[in-house]
Amino acid sequence: MKRRDFFKSAAIVGIASFFKTNALGSVLSAKGITVHSQPDLVAVMGGEPAVMLARALKEMGGIGHFVKRGQKVVIKPNIGWDKSPQMAANTNPELIGALVKLCRGAGASQVIVFDHTCQDWKKCYVNSGIEKAVLAAGGKMVPANDESYYSEVDFPRGVNLKSAKIHKALLECDVWFNVPVLKHHGGAKNTISMKNLMGIVWDRGFFHNHDLHQCIADAATFHKRPALNIVDAYRIMKSNGPQGKSDTDVVKLKSLLVSPDYVAVDTAAMKLFSQVQPTDLKDVRYIALAEKNRVGTQNLERLNVKRIKL
Amino acid sequence: MKFLKNIRIVLSILFFLPIFLFFIDFTGKLPLGLHKLMSIQWIPALLSFNLIVLGILLVLSLLFGRIYCSTICPLGVMQDVLTWKSRFFSKRKKKIRFEYSAPWNILRYSILALTVIIFFFGSSFLVILLDPYSTFGKIVSQLFRPLAIWGNNLLAFTLSSMGNYTFYKVEQVSFVPLAFVIALAFFILITQMSWFKGRSYCNTICPVGTSLGLLSKISIFHIHMEESKCTQCGACEKQCKSQCIDSDAMKVDDSRCVSCFNCLSACKKGGIKYEYRYKKEQSQPIEQKINTGRRTFLLSSGAALASVALSGTNKIIGKDDTILSRKPVMPPGAHTLEHFNDHCTGCQLCVTKCPMQVLKPAAFQYGITGITQPHLSFSTHVFCTYDCNICSTICPTGALIPLPMEEKKLTQIGIAKFRKEKCVVFAKEEDCGACSEHCPTQAVHMIPYKNGLTIPEVTEDLCVGCGACESICPVRPYQAIYVEGSTTQIKAKKPSEAKKFNKKIDDFGF
Repeated sequence: MKRRDFFKSAAIVGIASFFKTNALGSVLSAKGITVHSQPDLVAVMGGEPAVMLARALKEMGGIGHFVKRGQKVVIKPNIGWDKSPQMAANTNPELIGALVKLCRGAGASQVIVFDHTCQDWKKCYVNSGIEKAVLAAGGKMVPANDESYYSEVDFPRGVNLKSAKIHKALLECDVWFNVPVLKHHGGAKNTISMKNLMGIVWDRGFFHNHDLHQCIADAATFHKRPALNIVDAYRIMKSNGPQGKSDTDVVKLKSLLVSPDYVAVDTAAMKLFSQVQPTDLKDVRYIALAEKNRVGTQNLERLNVKRIKL
Repeated sequence: MKFLKNIRIVLSILFFLPIFLFFIDFTGKLPLGLHKLMSIQWIPALLSFNLIVLGILLVLSLLFGRIYCSTICPLGVMQDVLTWKSRFFSKRKKKIRFEYSAPWNILRYSILALTVIIFFFGSSFLVILLDPYSTFGKIVSQLFRPLAIWGNNLLAFTLSSMGNYTFYKVEQVSFVPLAFVIALAFFILITQMSWFKGRSYCNTICPVGTSLGLLSKISIFHIHMEESKCTQCGACEKQCKSQCIDSDAMKVDDSRCVSCFNCLSACKKGGIKYEYRYKKEQSQPIEQKINTGRRTFLLSSGAALASVALSGTNKIIGKDDTILSRKPVMPPGAHTLEHFNDHCTGCQLCVTKCPMQVLKPAAFQYGITGITQPHLSFSTHVFCTYDCNICSTICPTGALIPLPMEEKKLTQIGIAKFRKEKCVVFAKEEDCGACSEHCPTQAVHMIPYKNGLTIPEVTEDLCVGCGACESICPVRPYQAIYVEGSTTQIKAKKPSEAKKFNKKIDDFGF
């Protein structure tokens, strides 16, 4: 009896799994089609921030593809420094304003913007021009200057960073956008989308003390991935980053890179950056380490990249 | 003449409230221009040698007596508030509130003499301790402000847990035990004295009150009892918070009268008046009074001088910074340690207005005579903002000389010292660069080390000593990079600018 039962169940499982794989395959191929019609990475050049954003999102399937009616949205720009927009130390305020407006237009119930700043947070919020742009577009600025705003999150796939305190607004939202600015960086070599994640974390000292590059790559394993990484390269900081000394550090590239893939967007951004300030991609170690953590790919050839010049 | 009291009350509120709120304000919402209310205080005006303010205060005192004490001085008004409050707790609500008491001449003139003598010997120790405005600053910044911040944080916590971020949490970083204890001690002493004895603090301990008392003996206008009309009912005496009206003898001790005009409102018979002093028939008794005061003053000055000479001035004055393991970092604009020590009264105005809260009252960093003077204390994310010059522009005593923004950015308040053997890059052979990342002038910059790593290097000429590097260095508790304070603040070199990039990029590069 027992042996008979075993054969029976084995047969059932076999048939079931046959159907299942079929179903799985069809889902996969269907997804393959959508991926094919929508690019993995969109690069736009030659327009104003809001225009380039609208165009890139259109290629990506429109804002409605990412933000549904009634959802809570978080936008995480780089607002690390008490500097004016012309210094390119922070994400372009026009870009953030435009994104907030699009999200509100798509029916987002709430659009929250924050960053764990490096300098006096109130001054950063104001002098970056971001607070004004966000409020004008119907968004909300939230403080991130105190540990009580953060909650512990595990990073099971992290190598050095096993857990970190992440801002609650981000943990509680339905969808979020990572909107860094492309800059030179004295410590991490360059700051783009993954380095921007240090602004959602409370204890940055841990990063600096436990191999900065590995920790940045580990932060990218954070289970809640952004819907899109939107890299602001309207103005970039080519030297003396992340703060910059004067406007001679700034180059106007009028570009924007958009991708859900951290590694791909950072790789593309580095290639764009290297035309201004030649940098060996290998020196920006966290990019390769993140690929090793399997959060994305450096191989742009394998991706559907859409390049648009306005 | 009852309107005089009302004018006094309105004026004192107009001076007191803005000063009080300015010290409390931790959000930076109140206009910085309010700091001018601090510059018109006696000791700050004296120390900064502000001739215009000094002239006005002197003329006012010579005209009207001690109206500085009753309206402008925040510590004086604070005592009035306490005295007024005490009425609600007192059992003898409407009975005798005050009665005449003899002045404590030896004590008050000794304190004044000691303060003046020690100051001219080069130490502002007693000025720091006893300047009424600065004492008020210490009390509010150490006792009331933390309470306000706690209240705010409680509100912020409750609201933010409901998704409302109108209020945000503010860190209590300027709490320093020693400063707290000093503020608390003064607060208890003053509360106790004002609760039961009105303005007795002003008339026995405060050196400003005592010296203005000498002036008010010859003021043009003064409180005078009209012997022909006075019925010796004692109504004025009961209202006199300075306890300087002797209704039995029909005498007013001008040196202790703070011109509050309460007595005028109390008298129904017109027996007490605020009037021109130099009528002929009154010259006799006044002269006599001046003489006794002067005699006591000289006597106690002599005694004080002798005691100072005996105790050995060096010990009290000691500005020896070798007793410190690290030199204190003075706020920008302090110029030299000597200038700073001579002028700073530790009023805490800069401490409360520092947006980064990097300024804190010192314990013994400036030696025993500099307790509560501000110094920079760096901690995570707490350092001197590169383009901020608030402290130097609001200092009422001239301890900090105003620095225009461009000058502030080049003022070297200290120099970063790098300890390579502690650095993450050296010890762990891993990238870090947090210090250089935060350095506004790139005095701390990264140079090639090995295996593609870069390590910090300090160009001392460029360093302004802002402490951003020390504040962010992950090596704890003793950072691999720290700021050594400068005893003379010199100009740093202007950081060189990067080469401008002029080529046109019209390709993505991938």
